[in-house]
Amino acid sequence: MTKKKEYAEVISQERIAQDIYSMWIKTEAASEARPGQFISMYPNDGSRLLPRPISICEIDKRAGILRVVYRVTGKNTGTEGFSGLKAGDTIPVIGPLGNGFPVEKAAGKKAFLIGGGIGVPPILELSKQMDCGKKQIIVGYRNSETFLRKEFEQNGEVYISTEDGSVGTKGNVMDAVRENVVEADIIYACGPTPMLRAIKTYAEENGIECYISLEERMACGIGACLACVCRSREKDHHSNVHNKRICKDGPVFLSSEVEI
Amino acid sequence: MNMTVNIAGVEWKNPVTVASGTFGSGAEFAEYADLNRLGAVTTKGVANIPWTGNPTPRVAEVCGGMMNAVGLQNPGIDMFCERDIPFLRQYDTKIIVNVCGKSEEDYCEVVHRLADEDVDMLEINISCPNVKEGGIAFGQDPKAAEAITKAVKKYAKQPVIMKLSPNVTSIADMAKAVEAGGADAVSLINTITGMKIDIERKSFVLANKTGGVSGPAIHPIAVRMVYEASNAVNVPVIGMGGIMSAADAIEMILAGASAVSVGTANFHDPGVTMKIVDGIEDYMRRHRYETVDEMVGIVR
Repeated sequence: MTKKKEYAEVISQERIAQDIYSMWIKTEAASEARPGQFISMYPNDGSRLLPRPISICEIDKRAGILRVVYRVTGKNTGTEGFSGLKAGDTIPVIGPLGNGFPVEKAAGKKAFLIGGGIGVPPILELSKQMDCGKKQIIVGYRNSETFLRKEFEQNGEVYISTEDGSVGTKGNVMDAVRENVVEADIIYACGPTPMLRAIKTYAEENGIECYISLEERMACGIGACLACVCRSREKDHHSNVHNKRICKDGPVFLSSEVEI
Repeated sequence: MNMTVNIAGVEWKNPVTVASGTFGSGAEFAEYADLNRLGAVTTKGVANIPWTGNPTPRVAEVCGGMMNAVGLQNPGIDMFCERDIPFLRQYDTKIIVNVCGKSEEDYCEVVHRLADEDVDMLEINISCPNVKEGGIAFGQDPKAAEAITKAVKKYAKQPVIMKLSPNVTSIADMAKAVEAGGADAVSLINTITGMKIDIERKSFVLANKTGGVSGPAIHPIAVRMVYEASNAVNVPVIGMGGIMSAADAIEMILAGASAVSVGTANFHDPGVTMKIVDGIEDYMRRHRYETVDEMVGIVR
């Protein structure tokens, strides 16, 4: 019995794009967090019981603070509630949860760090911690609201795709990879399932080691309820069936381990 | 003051267990709750062979609760016996194994397999709303419920708790039926079948279309059913349904539950059971109860 739900203190909050908010919180979770892990954030509202799994965008261990960048998913949602929090407010959290990206595997290699949509934020801490031969950050957005772009530019070569073509390559992140004729020995990616599916296919066709971070609706967030499973290629040793738990066994998986 | 309760001959150190499916086999929760402080751990349902469960999404949030259609994914009884029983035996708590199946033979096979295992009680799930050919077929007809109870009792060496569905016209009739079949205790309520539609996508939120509603939204329904069932039978009733706090647990006990199970609340706070045990103790002190039994069913 070593972990518990804690009340994290909100240090700052700002809106950084349409429906996208950035919040720094003071939490014990900061001391051991790794890029690619998430925290469970609980609405301060008794009618919404389930945690929202939110990826960690930046970690400042010395100050004991974490940055989360999240999307408000609609009116009267839990995430809208989060967006109303101000410095000094508290928010119940548990974390860090899940396994992060295996950063060390990129040593000496040409890497793609790919984020799409609300899968962009965890790529920032990954890019800060990664020590590799060539760090190529490819981020996909809907439009010109290219949040976190400046931070990415301080941490590697940045390629941008936008759905409306207003910035960078028109299309998705794989279009940006093709247009810029860039290559990699290892790939790390987080984003919507169709994007991850395309990256998984690309990686497998080209024999590239690839780690993808998956998302699914969760209830417990700690591996007990079996809500957030994904199909695994081999029979999973824990479930004894072809299912892995995204919250506990993931959210980051070697792309060849899972079927999406 | 004495927190122990005797449920069908098994002494629990306090009246608090967890609802099957919300706690795995305890391993994940052991980091957040001291399993030694639970009256019993009720495991996730286990079948004779591994089950893959339903497609995702398997859960959705609703106002004051949630819906699930996990579909009883489980690793099968062999792995359960090998891994989960030894894990739980490290703790000073009772082990209640929840058993699921698709046919009478399935249930009996698991119960038979568990007969010589070191577990304290069996809970037979005849009320899962999320598996088509599964438990619910036995859980909505009193005759079928009585028959399956009789069948598993032939093989069971541990006391048998029959877990009842709220998706019935008369919970009292169902409780009486399983009591007539030889049940040593009943537990209720399982989840209430519900549906949620995404109006933008014009589709069901859950891949299974329907799911079981749980959480504080259903607590008053559970209290009413615990009251009705406990008035109808002489065997102990384990009450569950939307217990979020000690106050909710005590309400269930006053309505007739000899013990309580905490379910959805574990998702809201994995340490909540500890607070509920403490809160019941505090209530007993304030109201000068020496034993839990003194409180059971006193509101009539």
